[in-house]
Amino acid sequence: MSKRIEDLKVIENKHLNNDFFILELSGNNKIPDFRPGQFAQVRVDGSPETFLRRPISIHDIDYERNTFKLLIQIAGKGTKKLSELGIGDILNLIYPLGNSFSLPYEKEKVLIVGGGCGIAPLLFLGRYLNSNGIVPDILLGFRNKERIIEFEEYLKVGNVFVTTEDGSMGEKGYVTSHSVFSAHRYNRICCCGPESMMKSLAAYCKNRKIVCEVSLENLMACGIGACLCCAIETVNGNICTCIDGPVFNVNDLRW
Amino acid sequence: MVNLGFSIGDLHFKNPVLTASGTFGNGSEFDDFLDVSRLGGIVLKGTTLEPREGNHYPRMAETPSGMLNSVGLQNKGIDYFEKSIYPRIINYETNVIMNINGSYIEDYIALAERINKLEKIQAIELNISCPNVKMGGMAFGTNLQSAMEVTREVRSVYSGKLIVKLSPNVTNIVDFARVVEDEGADCVSLINTLLGMAIDVGNMKPSLSTVTGGLSGPAIKPVALRMVWQVANAVKIPVIGIGGIMSASDALEFLLAGACAVQIGTASFIDPQASVKILDGIENFLVKNGFSDIKEIVGYINRNN
Repeated sequence: MSKRIEDLKVIENKHLNNDFFILELSGNNKIPDFRPGQFAQVRVDGSPETFLRRPISIHDIDYERNTFKLLIQIAGKGTKKLSELGIGDILNLIYPLGNSFSLPYEKEKVLIVGGGCGIAPLLFLGRYLNSNGIVPDILLGFRNKERIIEFEEYLKVGNVFVTTEDGSMGEKGYVTSHSVFSAHRYNRICCCGPESMMKSLAAYCKNRKIVCEVSLENLMACGIGACLCCAIETVNGNICTCIDGPVFNVNDLRW
Repeated sequence: MVNLGFSIGDLHFKNPVLTASGTFGNGSEFDDFLDVSRLGGIVLKGTTLEPREGNHYPRMAETPSGMLNSVGLQNKGIDYFEKSIYPRIINYETNVIMNINGSYIEDYIALAERINKLEKIQAIELNISCPNVKMGGMAFGTNLQSAMEVTREVRSVYSGKLIVKLSPNVTNIVDFARVVEDEGADCVSLINTLLGMAIDVGNMKPSLSTVTGGLSGPAIKPVALRMVWQVANAVKIPVIGIGGIMSASDALEFLLAGACAVQIGTASFIDPQASVKILDGIENFLVKNGFSDIKEIVGYINRNN
């Protein structure tokens, strides 16, 4: 799929809480056929301190309205600036970038696991699986009830389970200790979240020969495989997170 | 019709916009965004004799108006280049320059001998200025004796055009330009990145795995411009200006200071079409101001002040 650089219009900036917001974007051209796990390099204009583009994963797509959404956590100056965009503002994107989660085989039982901002690419993944006849289980981990975002949306694409660190909603603890793992046998787990979470899931899957794919968010400069800044150590040597990832089978990582 | 071309000896370039090594991959990474053949030339990602994995992550840190990198010359080596990359670049209708690196002088010599046999590669950019490798690299480019020897040795075995990429991390860059000119370099390109560092205060750790790295981007442009101006006034061989060029106006500054061409680096990360936009902007400037040949503006400030 060819990559493009394009000005898009902000048609909605929905703040979910103090840390998270969703930008819905539309353009003059037909949006591309995204694959789940892909991302965009978003230009943050204006300040010398936000010099480079920010890699942001595709959260959701509406082909009928020709729009797509980015779910963004305010993590620094760049994302703070993006959070201040208003309706009608123009945002320059390079997209779609990166590989994608692989499509499960028929009849595979799939679990999607997300934590914090890592839930961003998983809604579109859920929809994509639905359109291929798969209804996944979805396990979402948050610090507490107040930080749960987009819950209603995930309910539409799968069977949702929740953990919170303080037990204010769902089971108390981390995702890796949730009872779904003892209640079900999964063939495939797709995960995006904090590295510690992905690493412990990877260890769980490796021991049980479960296919496990994770989406990484290494720091990037170009996003198109030219600068080699986002390299990740794999069994095949250092490769780029931006073009060879961001989705990796955990067996290929040196975890 | 404006003449935008320039030459290094008898090697002609159709226009003065090249892409800087390490910022443009092998060209094909940008095929979706621009026609690589429009450029005056491309300088390929640095190549070494043996494959290199590069430095550990994190290798990049954003800094005001720039970025630090410590990629560490990750590449698959000359054998892989000949077998897998070379066949993909031979159809570009532009000059393709290889950037070569080594830990020992013998590495540079061996690479130059191999490249002699590659018909499509018309020039070598001798990288004696990479700040991110433990051995070689900048060590050659920050010691006059070493810079002299590596240039001399490569010159003696290489029949194509020899460009030496200079390090700004020296007391007087002009001394280095003169030395490599005396040893037979056909051209100098400058500047490579400036050695810098950043610390993540939240984690109380260096931002880069290597602690220090090379600073690029508009933050270094005034320094680069000053050095290009100094060198252009000191040597007779062509000078290629590099350092934080983001726009046609930036590129024109380097040309007016005496560079006969420029390389676009970090700008390609922010706008993958930056190089061709800069090319169009240079041409527009010349047309608008009634110049028919780019040579009329190269070093203009040195003749008209």
